[in-house]
Amino acid sequence: MFRRKHASLRLPRALKCTIRLGVFSRIALVLLMLSPQCPAAFREGDTLPPLDSFKLEGKLPDTKGQVILLDFWASWCAPCKKSFPVMQELHKQYAARGLTIIAVSVDEKREDMDRFLKPMNVSFAIVRDGAHKLVAAADVPTMPTSMLIDRTGKIRYVHEGFAGDQTIKEYQEQIQLLLKEPAR
Amino acid sequence: MRNRTIKFGLVALLLSLVGGCTTVKPWERGTLADPIMQANRDPLGQSVIDHVYFSREAASGGRTVGEAGCGCN
Repeated sequence: MFRRKHASLRLPRALKCTIRLGVFSRIALVLLMLSPQCPAAFREGDTLPPLDSFKLEGKLPDTKGQVILLDFWASWCAPCKKSFPVMQELHKQYAARGLTIIAVSVDEKREDMDRFLKPMNVSFAIVRDGAHKLVAAADVPTMPTSMLIDRTGKIRYVHEGFAGDQTIKEYQEQIQLLLKEPAR
Repeated sequence: MRNRTIKFGLVALLLSLVGGCTTVKPWERGTLADPIMQANRDPLGQSVIDHVYFSREAASGGRTVGEAGCGCN
């Protein structure tokens, strides 16, 4: 009898603790969400932010009214090696019609990037995002990831990885489609 | 009671900092992609070991992923 009475006296206190825990866990969750762990990713339909705001190393080409192929790559990424000759071919084929290719290296050391590029002999724009500001903002899911941006600056297609002929076919179709669209 | 609230507050703050434990992003895998990070850098020797393992245990696979930790494609 005494025990039951005692227990009933303690119950509200335990409840209070539970409620308080609930409140604090909610606060913790909000803090977790506010912490800079979830960067806003670049997705299809988004407008590409100005690239010069990311302090990239290297000269950015003028992209006004151009269709852009923005490619994130690294010297240590094997599929990136296969994608470079393809991008060079696309550059040769479509540069005059309004395609600008910007290959963003995420290499931390410039020497690694230079060693990779030496045998490639490419003529499109290469910049380096050594501080990983742009790539973190883009939050790319894999390496390489490329994005096709239309003449109005909107991200229209995102390619995750490089799957050889399949990716080449998609590039060709999508680039031709975007080049036909007016700049407005 | 007040002390308890402070304690709970501290726990909540610590919990929020747990978010600092994060996965390695795809663009940060340069070191993992290095060939030196492979579990076995002798593919021929490894295939022989795998064959022996398969013959003795009647099981194959489940060893480790191929290549280093680039995770590309």
